[in-house]
Amino acid sequence: MVTEPVLDIRNLKVDFATRRGVAHVLDDVSFSVAPGELLAIVGESGCGKSMTALSILGLIPSPPGKVVGGSILFQGRDLTRLRQSELRRIRGGDIAMIFQEPMTSLNPVFTCGEQIAEAVRLHQKASPKAAFARAVEMLRAVGIPEPELRARAYPHQLSGGMRQRVMIAMALSCEPKLLIADEPTTALDVTVQAQIFGLLDELRQQTGTAIVLITHDMGAVAEMADKVAVMYAGRIIERGPADAVLDNPGHPYTRGLLASIPRVDADPDADLPEIPGIVPALTDLGRGCAFAPRCALAVDACLAAQPRHVAMSGDHSAACIQLESGEVSA
Amino acid sequence: MNQLLSVRDLKVHFPTAHGGTVHAVDGVSFDIRRGRTLGIVGESGSGKTTTALAVMRLAPITGGEIDLDGTPISRIEGEELRRTRPRFQMVFQDPFSSLNPRDRVGRIIRQPMDLLGLGEPSGRDARVEELLAQVGLRPELKSLYPHQFSGGQRQRIGLARALATRPDLIVFDEPVSALDVAVQAQVLNLIRRLQRETGLTYLFISHDLGVVRHVCDEIAVMYLGQIVEKAPAAQIFAAPRHPYTQALIAAAPSLAPEHRRRGGGARLQGDPPSPVNLPKGCRFASRCPLAVEGCRRRMPTLRELAPGQAVACHLA
Repeated sequence: MVTEPVLDIRNLKVDFATRRGVAHVLDDVSFSVAPGELLAIVGESGCGKSMTALSILGLIPSPPGKVVGGSILFQGRDLTRLRQSELRRIRGGDIAMIFQEPMTSLNPVFTCGEQIAEAVRLHQKASPKAAFARAVEMLRAVGIPEPELRARAYPHQLSGGMRQRVMIAMALSCEPKLLIADEPTTALDVTVQAQIFGLLDELRQQTGTAIVLITHDMGAVAEMADKVAVMYAGRIIERGPADAVLDNPGHPYTRGLLASIPRVDADPDADLPEIPGIVPALTDLGRGCAFAPRCALAVDACLAAQPRHVAMSGDHSAACIQLESGEVSA
Repeated sequence: MNQLLSVRDLKVHFPTAHGGTVHAVDGVSFDIRRGRTLGIVGESGSGKTTTALAVMRLAPITGGEIDLDGTPISRIEGEELRRTRPRFQMVFQDPFSSLNPRDRVGRIIRQPMDLLGLGEPSGRDARVEELLAQVGLRPELKSLYPHQFSGGQRQRIGLARALATRPDLIVFDEPVSALDVAVQAQVLNLIRRLQRETGLTYLFISHDLGVVRHVCDEIAVMYLGQIVEKAPAAQIFAAPRHPYTQALIAAAPSLAPEHRRRGGGARLQGDPPSPVNLPKGCRFASRCPLAVEGCRRRMPTLRELAPGQAVACHLA
């Protein structure tokens, strides 16, 4: 069965004007997510993964940022062409977002229930009383014990895991078609992270909400994702079904990233494989592959032009010149 | 026994504004042999960082003994403590706030030698260059400021500063948790190489089991101020005996095929109880899937169940 994607991003380009020149923050980013599907966008700091999330919601600070090309199709409408007032109706309604830091993304002077009720009333016709009842119902749905009591609690009275549940309850209160989760568990302990992952997984299965999970953690990708897009210096350098990318990575960067994770089952006496060097500044990317200066396999041709995506199998592709010439059997 | 660090029944309690007591560290004991690494893992609020700070004499010690190679560092004060400080140094979690933004890197690394009067002043600049080389940075970088470095490079600078006094013990508090995974591998490899080359002893605090597995010889798992399990690294991963250790290992995200799309695989519900109003019995009982009535009445003590493996659980 082929389902229409909820979100279909095509060749998105975002530039930022900086004192050091124009930074190509997103360059030719394309991906799609179907209902009930979870796509993970993974990469190191500064690779553009959070910027991708912000551009979907029209939240790129402008100036200095600007969408200079491509389209963001949400249920067939191009979000890059909508007015702010139209976007406001979608944000928090059909597209919801949860952030990394559940403390700073909740308002400390309102109770959790009031904040969820506010979101409900912004997008649906509901009396204050009905909206508050809906807030309590949402808190119960995300597994918060004694939801009537917690709805009257202020954010500082709850633990980090509980606050992230409140954020999720708020995000889901308007039954979004798409949920963007930007590092939702990075500030949480592993046992609580496992609970939040379980909750997100259950919700997408029950409601068919599509999820874009932004993460730096390949472990989180393995635990959660159907599909994955690996980003480096503003570009998607590899994408495909999670199993294909994790088990048979095609791009040298993906391979390096996977190898450098300290694993519980690895030989502890061996050094971890490193990726030498650091991520380049987005203002001085050359014409060629941005990873080439750190890549052990780089040849002169890598610096000459952007490598194109080469299909490895089915939907799995990677942008590496070595795949074009067939020299790497990954 | 060739123990470099010996901690006995360490307690760090803090008063709360409402007359209560936070039992941040509550009766912790461990030893670290010279040239080895002990890892302490646990979640936020487990007391792992406070344990590290107490060993560094940066948190007030409520009770217990800390002995560094014959020196009772938990009891000495003032000038005597200051003269002992070169022997134990620390690397902090945050590579941004732990370096003074207004000092050049050379001065940051030289400062411990200046403050503690180590070596001839004329030789200290040469030592700074030697230290930079040791942590994999070019000596001429000493004239730059911290903001001109990446996170990973800054953690190398913090390491060079810790090495400046030629310590016996380095305490690491989450040294790589602020770094991206590719950079994290560089810093972890460096930390291990330095130990191989110089025979340093490490106390290594982390929440990341993969990281701890990679650098530690022995691992202690903390929960609410106490060690619930302690064992050689290989042993604790192969055969964890405490239900909390088992849950931590199960919850750690992994690339293993059996973890794929399992939605986190949560085993534990709820959050740890408050460290102010502690339960009378086992502190883990409220979240433990195996707990029975006796667990809530009596507090378990650490018992050796296998060679080198001690567990605080009535049911283990």
